[in-house]
Amino acid sequence: MTASTAEPASKVELPASVGGGGEIPTFDVTLRVRRYNPEVSDESHWDEFKLTMYGTDRVLDALHKVKWELDGSLSFRRSCAHGVCGSDAMRINGRNRLACKTLLKDLDTSKPITVEPIKGLPVEKDLIVDMEPFFQSYREIMPFLVAKGHAPTKERLQSPEDRERFDDTTKCILCAACTSSCPVFWTDGQYFGPAAIVNAHRFIFDSRDDAGDMRLEILNDKEGVWRCRTIFNCSEACPRGIQVTKAISEVKQAVLARQF
Amino acid sequence: MSTTPDIRFPRSTSETGRVSPKYTRHGSGAKGGFEMAAWLFMRLSGIVLVVLIFGHLFVNLMLGNGVHAIDFGFVAGKWASPFWQWWDLAMLWLAMLHGTNGVRTIINDYADRDTVRFWLLIVLFAAAAAIVILGTLVIFTFNPCPTVNGVPLPGSFCPKP
Ligand code: HEM
Ligand code: SF4
Ligand code: FES
Repeated sequence: MTASTAEPASKVELPASVGGGGEIPTFDVTLRVRRYNPEVSDESHWDEFKLTMYGTDRVLDALHKVKWELDGSLSFRRSCAHGVCGSDAMRINGRNRLACKTLLKDLDTSKPITVEPIKGLPVEKDLIVDMEPFFQSYREIMPFLVAKGHAPTKERLQSPEDRERFDDTTKCILCAACTSSCPVFWTDGQYFGPAAIVNAHRFIFDSRDDAGDMRLEILNDKEGVWRCRTIFNCSEACPRGIQVTKAISEVKQAVLARQF
Repeated sequence: MSTTPDIRFPRSTSETGRVSPKYTRHGSGAKGGFEMAAWLFMRLSGIVLVVLIFGHLFVNLMLGNGVHAIDFGFVAGKWASPFWQWWDLAMLWLAMLHGTNGVRTIINDYADRDTVRFWLLIVLFAAAAAIVILGTLVIFTFNPCPTVNGVPLPGSFCPKP
C-alpha cells in the first residue's frame, strides 16, 4: 500500500481554455442598506458600502461580504442561501425579492443598489422584521390537513388531477414577500394577506381535506379575501412564481359559490 | 459582576411578547357578509352601468342632431317620459352607490388612523345621501313650465296659457 491516495473523482482538472473561478468578471457595486438599531437610535439611516463583486454573486453574497469583512453589526436573516427556506425576503431596489435569488449582474450596478427590510411589519434591527403578525394570520387559516373519519392505514391516495388542482399553492416557502408587497396590508396590518390565503387555498382545494368550508368562513371576514384589490403586487413579488392573485380569486369564487 | 444593560426582548412591541396589538384583528368575528355583498354589487352594478351610461351617451350625443340638440327643452322632453325618468333614476342610484362604495374602499385602504377614516366616511356618506335624495326629487318633481306668482314662466315648448 502506498501512502498517496488517488485524487477524488469529483475534482476535475479544467483545461485553461474552459476557465476557472478567476476568470469570472468582477465589477464594483455600491450597496445602500437601510440600517436601524433601536438600542442606539429610533431613527433609521442609510449606509453605503463599496464592494468588488463577481458576476456569479448575489445580493446575499454582497451582504455577507459587508458583514464578514466590513461591518459585523449588519443584521439580516438567511439560512439556506438557495431560495428554499424563505428567510431572506427583502426590498431590493424597491422590489420584494429573496437576496439569495437576486444576482447582482441582473441589477443596475451603475447606481447604488438599495436594500431595505420588507414593508408593513415591525423592524427589529436592520433587515430583520418581526414575522409574528405574518405567522399569526397563517396559523388562523389552519394550515394543516383536517380529515374526517378514521385515519387510513396507508397513504391517502389522490388522483393526479386532484393533486394538480392545488399544485401551485404547495410551493409557498412563507417568505412574506407577497404580504409585505401589498398596499392594503401596509395601511393597517389588518388584512390576512396573500400568503395566508395562498396557504388556505392549498387545503381548500385539496380533495383529501374536509375543513375547506371552515377556512372559507375564516377568509370571508371583513379583513379577508374581499380586501384584495387585484393589483398583482403579490404575484410579481413571489420568488416561487406562484400565481398568488389567481389563487386569491379562486378563494373569492369558492366563498361566493358556497353562498348560492 | 456583569453589568449587562436591561435590554427588552426585541420581539414584537406588545408586553406579552407576542403579536403587536396593531395587527390583531379587533373586528374578528365581524363576518364579511357585507364585504362580499359589496364586492358582488360592484361587479353587477358595473355591468348594468355599462348599458345605462353608454345608452345615455348615445341617445344624448349621437341620435338626431346629437350634442347640438341638448338644451333645457331637450332635458324637459326626456323627463316627460317615464321611461327616461326610470332610466336616469337607475343610473343615478347605481352610479352613486357604486361610486360611493368604491370611494369607501379607497378610504379603508389608505386612511390608517381610525378617526380620520371615520370622518372621511361620514363626509362621503352625507354627500352621497344628499346627491341621491336631491337627484331623485328632481327627476320626479321636475316641472319645466312652472307658474311663479300666477305668471307662467316663458318656455317655447310650454303649452300657451
Ligand atoms: C362604465 C361602467 C362601470 C363599470 C363596468 C365599473 C366597474 C367597476 C368594478 C368592477 C369595480 C371594482 C374594482 C375592485 O373591486 O377592485 C369598480 C370600482 C370603482 N368604480 Fe366603477 N364601474 C363603472 C362605472 C363607474 C362610475 C360611473 C363611477 C363613478 C360614479 C365609478 C366609480 C368607481 C370607484 C370610485 C371604484 C373604486 C376604485 C377601486 O376600487 O379601485 N365606476 N368599478
Ligand atoms: S406565496 Fe410566494 S411570496 Fe408569498 S410567502 Fe409564499 S413563497 Fe413567499
Ligand atoms: S436564504 Fe433561504 S430563501 Fe434565501
